[in-house]
Amino acid sequence: MAQLLSVHDPRGYPPKVTGKRLAPRPAGLDGKIVYLVDCLFDNSAAFMEQLRQWFAEHLPAVNTQIITPRESWVDDLDMRKKIAADGNAAILGVGL
Amino acid sequence: MPSVAVHTHVFARVAKSTARLRGIPTLRQAFVPQPVVGRTPPELRAYIEGSDQVSGRPFMQEVIDGLTRPLDDADLTGATFERTTPRLVAPDTEDNLRQLFLDNRWTDFLPIVLPTEERVAAMLKATSQPPDKVVGRMRAGNFRETWEYTVEKVAVNAVMAGARPEYFPVILALAASNTTSRQGSTTSMTCLSVVNGPVRHEIGMNCGIGALGPYSHANTTIGRAYSLLSQNGQGGSVPGETYMGALGNPLAYSLAFAENEERSPWQPLHVQKGFKPTDSTVSVFVGLRYVQEGFGPRDTWEAKFRRCLAATAYLPPLVVLDPIVARLFQSRGIGSKQDLIDWCAENARLPARDYWDDQWMQTLVRPRAAAGVEPYATKLKAAPDDIVQMYEPGDINVVVVGGETQGAWKIFGANYVTTVSVDAWR
Repeated sequence: MAQLLSVHDPRGYPPKVTGKRLAPRPAGLDGKIVYLVDCLFDNSAAFMEQLRQWFAEHLPAVNTQIITPRESWVDDLDMRKKIAADGNAAILGVGL
Repeated sequence: MPSVAVHTHVFARVAKSTARLRGIPTLRQAFVPQPVVGRTPPELRAYIEGSDQVSGRPFMQEVIDGLTRPLDDADLTGATFERTTPRLVAPDTEDNLRQLFLDNRWTDFLPIVLPTEERVAAMLKATSQPPDKVVGRMRAGNFRETWEYTVEKVAVNAVMAGARPEYFPVILALAASNTTSRQGSTTSMTCLSVVNGPVRHEIGMNCGIGALGPYSHANTTIGRAYSLLSQNGQGGSVPGETYMGALGNPLAYSLAFAENEERSPWQPLHVQKGFKPTDSTVSVFVGLRYVQEGFGPRDTWEAKFRRCLAATAYLPPLVVLDPIVARLFQSRGIGSKQDLIDWCAENARLPARDYWDDQWMQTLVRPRAAAGVEPYATKLKAAPDDIVQMYEPGDINVVVVGGETQGAWKIFGANYVTTVSVDAWR
């Protein structure tokens, strides 16, 4: 019978995951302000502009506003505050 | 705030995995085709009017539904859970354990030394630090979770890489850099390590012929240990989930070498970074997406260097020179590393049009420029044909290494990250 070896696990230690609830959803978007968050990846501005135009054509009762963080790859607290204060929903995108 | 995150479909696994590990596994997400980059407005409009690439439903239906569908119990609670990794895996035969390590993607798919308790204990004797001391933390990307690792976990990966115990303080110093060499970036970036000071000779590192290649047990296994620790210490480097490098990078297997301080006419790297010549250190650079190389300097070296520096876009140059090259530079009036750094900063130039027409620059640098961050803001104001300086002197580094069989040099595109004391980990 082959010898059994005792060896170490090479992985580091993960952090605890703390659950977060989703925000309550509105029943509909008519009359609501939806922020379109351009994450500043290459060409994401063009994508968000097309998304804005789609809403204007298909759901004109939805008020869409394109917004950008101050830099890519940063959590822009000022931008988040503005969205929270003025908006009802947000669509974030889009990478690569 | 009710929200939907939009990604391209190749990021579906990583996006869902990240949401789960942030405690919101039911995060509402929608997926358009890859790529967005380079697509025209009509093509992007077709994405929007097409199908979600994961669910198969109309993309906009997925978006609207994500913003308005009432929450269920899973949405309201999220997911809280604790995980840990065991100290030991279940005892098994050598063949089965090797297969386990392969199946779990704990290796680089080259053969490893199994980290038995005896081997790890022998590695731990090479440092005065306790096994349970936390050495550092790493994560596969900016928005991934951060894992931590102890002295013992570093020892485990050092054993797997085939490192000898005398190398362990260098490997611990690399671990203490808190810099992963297995970033999940789509750019396939990885790390390079430069060892300075007395430890180079104490452990037999190669700073001469073939120093950057597989010609030294210490160089090879130290670099490999850093790579294995990075993937395992951060919780994985799995394509499609924690690794998204489009092409991958062969330098990610192992790249550590020592500076040839004795044959260099110039100040060692660690002294430039504020350490004493008698200190032992390891310096970490990240990038390595571009490598230029040549020989000389000959009479036309300035033109050749200008071409190479421009082609090293858009990571700052790490100029690696054989001692012959350093001395030839001296004879041409470049008397120090700083002289060469200043020359490179002054001569690495591009038309503003070319400088900005790059995915990296558009995604990561242009937003900073638009926010007024200098020196990028000034470059953003330049006319397309204006010539802009690519790098600041402080971005550029020079290392002397090699065996003087040829006047060879390389220019890696790499950001300097940090220099860590090896002595602190003895």
